[in-house]
Amino acid sequence: MVSELINANPIVYEKKERRARSVPTAVEEYAVEPIDQQEVFDILSLQLFWYGLCTFKNPEHPYSLEELKEITEDAIEVDDQQSYVRVLCFRITFTPTVEHCSMATIIGVCLRVKLLRSLPSRYKVDIRVVPGSHASESAVNKQLNDKERVAAALENPNLVDMVDECLAPSYD
Amino acid sequence: MEFYEGACELKLLQTLEGHTDRVWSLAWNPATGTAETPLVFASCSGDKTVRIWEQNPSPSSSSSSHSSWNCKAVLEDTHTRTVRSCSWSPSGKSLAVASFDATTSIWENVGGDFECVSTLEGHENEVKSVSWNASGTLLATCGRDKSVWIWEVQPGNEYECVSVLQGHSQDVKMVLWHPTLDVLFSCSYDNTVKVWADDDDDWQCVQTLGEPNNGHSSTVWALSFNKTGDKMVTCSDDLTLKIWEMDSTSMQSADGYAPWRHLCTITGYHDRTIFSVHWSSEGIIASGAADDAIRFFVEDKDGLVDGPSYKLLLKEEKAHGMDINSVQWSPGEKQLLASASDDGTVKIWELASLCTGNGY
Repeated sequence: MVSELINANPIVYEKKERRARSVPTAVEEYAVEPIDQQEVFDILSLQLFWYGLCTFKNPEHPYSLEELKEITEDAIEVDDQQSYVRVLCFRITFTPTVEHCSMATIIGVCLRVKLLRSLPSRYKVDIRVVPGSHASESAVNKQLNDKERVAAALENPNLVDMVDECLAPSYD
Repeated sequence: MEFYEGACELKLLQTLEGHTDRVWSLAWNPATGTAETPLVFASCSGDKTVRIWEQNPSPSSSSSSHSSWNCKAVLEDTHTRTVRSCSWSPSGKSLAVASFDATTSIWENVGGDFECVSTLEGHENEVKSVSWNASGTLLATCGRDKSVWIWEVQPGNEYECVSVLQGHSQDVKMVLWHPTLDVLFSCSYDNTVKVWADDDDDWQCVQTLGEPNNGHSSTVWALSFNKTGDKMVTCSDDLTLKIWEMDSTSMQSADGYAPWRHLCTITGYHDRTIFSVHWSSEGIIASGAADDAIRFFVEDKDGLVDGPSYKLLLKEEKAHGMDINSVQWSPGEKQLLASASDDGTVKIWELASLCTGNGY
């Protein structure tokens, strides 16, 4: 495995100011609260050990996906009525680092697992790389959305460890 | 056989709970569903187990809708990862079980208890599908290692690999033998269906049904044959079903193999990946998809002007709470439909009697 960082000096963008969430006026404790774009974005605003994925024992760049402009709120499409979430991942242009698994697919699997764990089961999740952002865009999209492959991958203890570490709370 | 739009309804007979993870697939025992033998099927799951379900005949009622289903056995502690699919031998005596743990196990009912009598090893990683040929003498398996294996059944529960078929460029999702001929079909993540036949003790790919010959443009998840075996339906991530026909006019060709040709495409009905398709002996095509719906299609006899076409008979929205991974018609006189889902349940359905008045 490559021991040096894939991108030692990532471009780090400022985080976007959070808009205040509207507070419901009447308290309806048992009302079903629809899930919106911002909520999904918040779920996904995890600190991925983005550039440390291959050198996991010593993750050096725990930037959030947002800071690396991998994902922005605009790239999330949520339809609560139809129960689907579509997420576009930006700028995923890395070369394969783990056998059978490109960086893009690891990020994609992390996003999918996070959403699976956070959203009601009725939600359909589609994860795609932004058009034109990845050399093998359609191949990555196909792999990320083949649930049999994802299910098999999530039975691989090494990959699950990696995903869990990605999804673990940050060291803020 | 006539079907009228709106003349059918789908009745839910029972929801079977027990699996603790998504149910990937199910298989009816073909030797059941007679007057003496109640219907039996096996379901397999991400919880690494297979469950055997048996219909409980209720003497008090003549209607099948009053019978209930019981889990007769749980086959566990053998596979260490997801059990992806299972298949009964034609005699109904053996059950082959394919797992992501790279093995295929063979089970037999020995004095009321299911026992694992053999384990087939050879695939590099996930085995995804297993199928018996019509005579029960050959078994085929396929998996993520892109290969299709053919095993010969030997006396004493021995299985000898007679061929490892390379040809697909990506993982192979399903294998299925033709219902009467020793011709094997495999469908794959590489968007193709491949047809394999035995030429002088040497198995080889005799046809590839891909995009250039009106095939699918994304992963082909499953296929099924009609009763007579002269037509085949395939389903795909490209949101279409495709009907194929065996070209019997070229039966005279030297190798005796009749090629398949695209007949028509059923498009515009599915919104998400179609994982399963099954053709009933009465000619009804059922499909199960990632949009949680079950759909039924029949040949449209009025539409012969532009060649054969198929029309939607019925759509059951929200048949399950999550993706539907498998739909399978039962054997027997009165066909029931079983569906397996990511929601962890299996549901038993009856396509209701409104159809049956028309000689169905």
